[in-house]
Order: sequence, then C-alpha cells, then structure tokens
Amino acid sequence: MRITISNGEIIDPANNLHQTGDIFIDQGRIVGVGQCPDNFIAEQKIDASQQIVCPGLIDLCAYLYEPGQEHKATIYSETAAAAASGITTICCLPDTVPVIDEPSVVELVLRRSANSQQSKVFPIGALTDGLKGKALAAIDTLKSAGCIAVSNANIPINDTEVLRRALEYAKTCNLTVHLYCQDGFLSKNGVMHEGIMSVRLGLSGIPAVAETIAISRALLLIEQIGTRVHFCRISTASGLSLIADAKSRGLEISADVSIANLHLTDVDVNTFNTDCFILPPLREEQDKEALRAGLTNGTISNICSNHQPHQSSSKNVPFSMAEPGASTIEMLLPLTLSLVQETSLTMSQAIAALTSLPAHIIGAASGNLSVGTCADICIFDPQAVWTVDRNKLLSAGKNTPFDSWSMRGQVTHTIIDGNIIYQRH
Amino acid sequence: MSINHLQINEQGRLRHFLTTEGIDRALLVDILDYAESFVTIVQRAVKKVPLLRGKTVANLFFEPSTRTRTTFELAAKRLSADVLSLDMPISATQKGESMADTLHTLQAMHCDMFIVRHAYSGAAHFIASQVSSHVHVINGGDGCHAHPTQAILDMFTIRRHKPDFTSLKVAIVGDILHSRVARSEIYALRSMGVSEIRVIGPKTLIPDHIESLGVYPYYEMNDGLIDVDVIIMLRLQRERMHSALLPGGHEYFQRYGLTEHRFALARSDAIIMHPGPINRGVEIDSAVVNNKRSLILQQVSYGIAVRMAIMAMIMGHPQE
Repeated sequence: MRITISNGEIIDPANNLHQTGDIFIDQGRIVGVGQCPDNFIAEQKIDASQQIVCPGLIDLCAYLYEPGQEHKATIYSETAAAAASGITTICCLPDTVPVIDEPSVVELVLRRSANSQQSKVFPIGALTDGLKGKALAAIDTLKSAGCIAVSNANIPINDTEVLRRALEYAKTCNLTVHLYCQDGFLSKNGVMHEGIMSVRLGLSGIPAVAETIAISRALLLIEQIGTRVHFCRISTASGLSLIADAKSRGLEISADVSIANLHLTDVDVNTFNTDCFILPPLREEQDKEALRAGLTNGTISNICSNHQPHQSSSKNVPFSMAEPGASTIEMLLPLTLSLVQETSLTMSQAIAALTSLPAHIIGAASGNLSVGTCADICIFDPQAVWTVDRNKLLSAGKNTPFDSWSMRGQVTHTIIDGNIIYQRH
Repeated sequence: MSINHLQINEQGRLRHFLTTEGIDRALLVDILDYAESFVTIVQRAVKKVPLLRGKTVANLFFEPSTRTRTTFELAAKRLSADVLSLDMPISATQKGESMADTLHTLQAMHCDMFIVRHAYSGAAHFIASQVSSHVHVINGGDGCHAHPTQAILDMFTIRRHKPDFTSLKVAIVGDILHSRVARSEIYALRSMGVSEIRVIGPKTLIPDHIESLGVYPYYEMNDGLIDVDVIIMLRLQRERMHSALLPGGHEYFQRYGLTEHRFALARSDAIIMHPGPINRGVEIDSAVVNNKRSLILQQVSYGIAVRMAIMAMIMGHPQE
C-alpha cells in the first residue's frame, strides 16, 4: 500500500535529519523522504502536523515469556503493547521455558511473532547450554536460525573459564555477546541495592561491587580475546566509569541502561513497594545521575525497557517473596522524552538512543528513515499529556512502578513494514 | 509516601504498630506512660481488665516463637480478648496466595487484630496494607526489619532505671546485620534523645551505612563498652546467616562475649539487657546473667504490660 506521512517533524538521527517534511511509503519500504517520488499516488495519507515522525523504536530487552510462561504474558500481548507504544522491534531474552538454546525454540518464537503481526521480535539466543553457565550453547546454529546475539540473560556465569571460552567461541561465530554483569556470589539472595535503604528496610542487598567486579572480569577477558560485547542494563556510576575507560582504550564494546534506572532509585522501595523490586536493582541518586550523564556523553548507547510483566499474585506478597521485574514498555518513549526536559540530552540524542544506536548494536537494517529501508516508523505527539493507569495498560503485566505518573508524549501511529499496525483513536 | 503512612492515621493516632521508625518522642512517651498503668494490673490477684472484651486477636506466627507469642497471648487475655494462635507452616515454596487467602479467611471470621511474626522483612507492612479499615496489625517481628514492641519494652525498662535518656551512652552488641531488634531500638533510642548509641560487633555483622541511622560502630568490644550506661546484648542469629560471616567455635565469645571483666569497663551503675533467648557462653557469660544489674527477667515481665498498652492503644482506647 502506498502511504504518505505528511508535514511531520522528521527526526532521523542515523541520517542526521531533523526537518519538517513528508515521507513516502510503498510496498513496505520508504521510497521518499522530503521529496515525493515520481508518479507516486498515495492510497492513504497520514497527517502528521504537530507530530514527530521517527524510525520505529527498537527495544533491546523485553521479556515475552513465550514459550513456557504464557500465564504471565504472551508474544501477542506484549508485542501488541509494544506496537501501541511505537516500538517496532523487540529483542527477547533467552530465558524462556525451554531456553532459546536450540533452533526449534528460535523458530517457535519467530513463527509466533510473525503470526501476531505486531512488533517484530528478534530473539537473543543462549550463550551457554540451558543458561547453566557450564557448557557452550550451539551458538552458530542459533545464529543461523535467526538469533541476532547471544546472552546468558540475568544468570551469572560464575565459572571464569566458561566465560572465557564462551567469549572466544562467540567471537569465532562473529556474534555479539550481550552481557548482564552481576557477580553471582555477591548478589545471591539480594533483592535491592545494598545501601542506606536496604539497612533501614532490613532487606538483603546487592552491593555495587557485584556489578563492578563482574564488569572488570569481563573487560579483562574482552581485552585479551576481542569479542564484541554489549553490556546490558548498567546500574552503577562505578560500573559506568569502567565502561567509559575501556571504550577510551579502544575496546569494541557498548552499553545500555534500563529506563527504570534513569528515573527511580532505592528510595522508591521505601514502603516495601514490590513494583520497585527490579533487577538490576534501583541504585542511589548519584548512580541515576551518572547514568543520565553517561547517556548524554555517549558512554551509554541506548535505552531499553527491561520490560518484565508479572501477574498480581507474583507481586502482591511481602517484598522478598515477590518476583523481580517491572512492566515498563508502554512508558519507554515518554520517559525517554522527559530526559530531554530534565537533562542536557537533545531530542535527537533521545530518539537515537531508541532507534539508530540500538539498531547499530544488533546490526538491524531498521532504526533509520533512509530511502529503501523497511518502513518501520513511529509517529507521536510530543505534547500529548496522559497519566499512567496500571489497570489500563495493554501489557498483561500491570506491575508498573510508574502508576499515576504523568507522561508527555503519546504515539499516534505505528507502521511496521509499511502496514499501519497501530493507530490511536 | 513515608514508612508511617500505614501505621498512623489522619488524626495522628496509631492504627497499626509496625515500626518505631518515624514515631516521635511524644508518642513514645505516651505509650510508656500508658504501659505504667498496666504494670500494676499484672501484679494484682485478678489480672484482667475488660478493655478488649469481645474482641478477637489472632497471632499469626510464620516463624517459630515461644516467648513473644506467649507474652502477646497473655497480654490479649489480660485485656479480656479472645485469642487465636495460628502456627503458619514455614516452607521455602510457600506462595503469596496462601498468606493473602489466610488473611481473607480470618477477616471473614471478623478478627479485630493480627499479631504478625514473619521471616521476611516487610511482611507486617504487607499485611497491614491488605486488611480492611477496622482491622489492626501489630508487628511481632518481620525478618531483619523491625520488632517494635521489643524496642518499646526496652525503653520502658531503661526508663525505670535511668529516666534521663539524654545523658545516656547505649551500646548494642552482636549481630546488627540481621537484627530487627537493633533497628527498632536505634530508632526508639534516638527519638528518646539518647546522646550516643554504639553498635559493637565484627565488621561482617555490622552493615556498611549503619552510621546513617545515627550510630557509631565499634569493632573492639573493649573500646565500645567504655563508660557505657546501658548494654543491650543480642543473640547470634545463626538461622539467618547464609554465608561466611563468622568462624565456628568460641572465637565470637572471645572477642564479643560479655564477661564480668568486660562489664567492668562500663560505668559502675550500668545495666544489662537482652531481648532473649540468651545463649550462655556464646554472647554472654552465666555470671553476668545472674548479676543484679542484669534486667533480662524484668524485660520479660514489663513486656506483657507494654504489649497490653500497645494493643489497647491501637484499638482506640485513650489513656486512663
């Protein structure tokens, strides 16, 4: 179908573009930006006046729970929530049941997401067999089946020898490793950041060194081996400075941060609020500020949702009995936009953190509005104000720490492969 | 939202009793004064008052306890309440549904008050957030977080012997890391205006950031006890210790046990307290337990009066 998106404020960081204009779509691809192609007659027109038109958002970390935990959420429910939030690509983690450590599970995820016809899903495969941290997964087979990276999800690889060999093997197969860094022994039993708040609440804490020790260990191995590694969901100022230092020495690494860690701290756990029981833990104010600065200065590339929906029975319990995770995917865009008001992050940088930069990390062709690219596009009203109501979330998970927060920025259209998948009424 | 948003109602009165954190001196003194009136009752021949007649109090103990449960039962019975004591099964696979379901069932039976003891921090807050508006919750100890009634009875005991809190140096000795008693005591002592609170123990049992609670850590017992007025000894909570926090054997007693020699470093009129149960030869020497300045048994008997006062107060009874 031929579509014209007219008069929108186009922000395409990949092409350094920020101007008002039209976008032309045909047969699932962008065929014109600004300039109308010859003989182009639109079958559908979208009036994007007063709105921003940008590449569809790319979220490098969200839990879809299918296969195996469909009582929590399904590929359909979460990709639909994502599509309504401007997200056109989601990377799901391998800790499904069964684990994404063999091609049949990859094929299942790809087939179910294709059938859902909502956001695209790019699966991240397991780094170790069963995510057990002992034997290598069949990384090359997973890559051929469609995995865009490998990871051990949130499960620490305590055996340093295994981590070394896994990094070597992933390099051999030319696949990026997404590494979540937390020392398994120091973080065992921890349910929040170890600090003043955890002492007051009498809750077992995860010290900052659990992250920095794991990052240091990984960096030293990467220096030796040369694997391309993406450090996921950094939560500490000290961990961030290790990443910055390694980047300045020329290591081919990148890092992201979860949206919750840019807005919340351990103080938000104050009244044993289980919606703030998240991994990585919400750390201190100075960590939050450092992460924001890291985004602005480029140490952090992209922002992910770290979306983890849960049923109320998993959260409506005393704090340590709850399951960790927050429902955040529907707030990813407005919470990123609010950083433009609250920090020195520019609008273009904010959009880049959700589009061109994550695309680059996973080697996706999308995340930009170049002519010839697949038409994955997000159109949003940057001035629209709305209030988060947990009961009205589209996600199967109502466990959001942002309940009652005021959001500025609301998606009006989401286009995936040239089809209007979501339209706000 | 503050930690007190559940326990204090809009009129500034106690609706639940979950933590001593945020309880100001005026309210603490009210509770202590009210408890004084119950001390004489427990010494009478007929030990009952009808304040809670017709009310049902349920002890929900998810963690084993003889002493605390017995004192709460006695306190409730002496207020003429009907008492239910429920031993909830403790299991690593225990799911939240069961607790929520139990609560709803008990509420359907029109219980007026729950006394809760649980292995997990925040459990009493959780229960208080679930119950309907006419039901009251008292925290009998939740994980490592709080044991507010113990702190109140300790303040009561101290006040009976050393009424001027502002001049006192108090030392709390032992497993501060896992101690809900220590945390509740620290908040209460600070509200009462104690000039110096020390925590004494090995580094592994004293959390980083403890100074943020307004206390001074000491890792040498002999330094920490000098000139102290009140010594509060804690039991080693081995059941909460998951990792390499202490060597086995007698080393803990060698470094941190309260012996007569160490007791002599404190002021000559210093008092000794312990929430119990005591482990002779582990944290405290038998000779010291039997010393006339050891108030351990007084704490037990004051505990009943204090709990009667708290229960009566949160059920809405003004001070006589």
